[in-house]
Amino acid sequence: MWKFIHQLASPPHFYRIAPAFIRWLAVPGLLLIAYGTYAGLFVAPMDYQQGDAFRIIYIHVPSAYLSMMAYMIMAVSAGIGLIWRIKLSHAVAAAAAPLGAWFTFLALATGSIWGKPMWGTWWEWGDPRLTSELIMLFLYFGYMALRGAIDDTAKADKASAVLALVGAVNVPIIHFSVEWWSSLHQGPTIIKEGGPAMDAAMLYPLLAMILGFTLVFGALLLRRVRAEVLYRERRTRWVKEMILAGGN
Amino acid sequence: MMSEEDTVGMTSGILGVARRDLLLAWKRPGDILNPLFFFAMVAALFPLAIGPSPEQLQFSGPAVMWVAALLAMLLSLNSLFLSDFEDGSLDQMLVSPVPLSALALGKTLSHWLTSGLPLVIVSPVVAITFQMPFAVTGYLMVTLLLGTISLSLLGSIGAALTVGLHRGTALLSLLILPLAMPVLIFGARTVSLVAAGDGVAGGLYFLAAYAVLTLSFAPFATAAALRISNE
Repeated sequence: MWKFIHQLASPPHFYRIAPAFIRWLAVPGLLLIAYGTYAGLFVAPMDYQQGDAFRIIYIHVPSAYLSMMAYMIMAVSAGIGLIWRIKLSHAVAAAAAPLGAWFTFLALATGSIWGKPMWGTWWEWGDPRLTSELIMLFLYFGYMALRGAIDDTAKADKASAVLALVGAVNVPIIHFSVEWWSSLHQGPTIIKEGGPAMDAAMLYPLLAMILGFTLVFGALLLRRVRAEVLYRERRTRWVKEMILAGGN
Repeated sequence: MMSEEDTVGMTSGILGVARRDLLLAWKRPGDILNPLFFFAMVAALFPLAIGPSPEQLQFSGPAVMWVAALLAMLLSLNSLFLSDFEDGSLDQMLVSPVPLSALALGKTLSHWLTSGLPLVIVSPVVAITFQMPFAVTGYLMVTLLLGTISLSLLGSIGAALTVGLHRGTALLSLLILPLAMPVLIFGARTVSLVAAGDGVAGGLYFLAAYAVLTLSFAPFATAAALRISNE
């Protein structure tokens, strides 16, 4: 077990075995998403209050959850890279940031599309989750901007790792303060999640979508990490040998 | 005994750096005054944009002044480590026997004394133009006092991360503003609550707790960032 983990941290080894993992994550993930999409659109009954509009949760909830998950992965692997100086985990952090930003954007966009028929407006500052998700997007932008501004990869890795960790400490505080802030004014009544229990025909597609999104996210992440590793190791011998041997 | 020597070294390190920076600031008063003028001007832009109605100004005053204060703090942050980086003092700090986090704390202390504290002091003057009652102005000063401490400390992390980078100021704002949002939320909303006649203890407690939190971890993050930036 430990040997397996140690080997995984070696870039050439990771580069060779990653495709197998990507396949095993992507295929079940895409199948689950296909099932979830079909069942979410055609099998799940209409919501008695929200009509068909509720069906956007099948994209919204997995995206919102992955936007947080990606930040956690980014911060944890940045921390591991900073403390134990594992190059591969810096590559994971670098690869996770744009994915996380896209899922955050997706969560914001779907939330806003859902908000139009439900709240009558595209954007509702009174909803704390929308606001903290927006700040989350800014945190991702800051992280990627810092990374982009430093030319030296090793330095960019460490500097952005410090930022990711500081951000990770702040994320719960930001979330809490946004909730306090929005609780102060009497906004329009917001439909709370987890009110009435969800019908099984609605719930199973959602669970399938969450799991499917997570698996596909894992596959995308590994694919990006693999590209990142190849770029970072472009001057090493194993890359040269691999290319001369005609591998990919 | 060893630890006693260490603490003495640390305190004198903090105070020494702070004293040196204050002296430098005294020799170049423009560095202190420019952010203050900026603060007053940004605060003056809003009435021009909103209109002269006293009710509206009174309503938007706390928010406007807090945003202006936040931007003014950002303005002065860029130069926090810049001159030390350029003339090599920063290298001396890195090899100094005094812990780098203590020196970073000293620099942050002088930054707060030259940018945060002056904002707190001039804020009543600006508050008058927003028709702010005296009781509310007192709370504005307290929130600014607590909030600017956190902003200085948070900002020192960002300044250390971006020292020596060319696209400094815009990047620094991008890094720091999302992290500063809790301070803005609690600072501005607490003052608005006072103005509306509500309880404020929660907001003040939060600002104080956040100042303590940043005081405990920001110097170490700043030191780590300075080491990385100077590799």
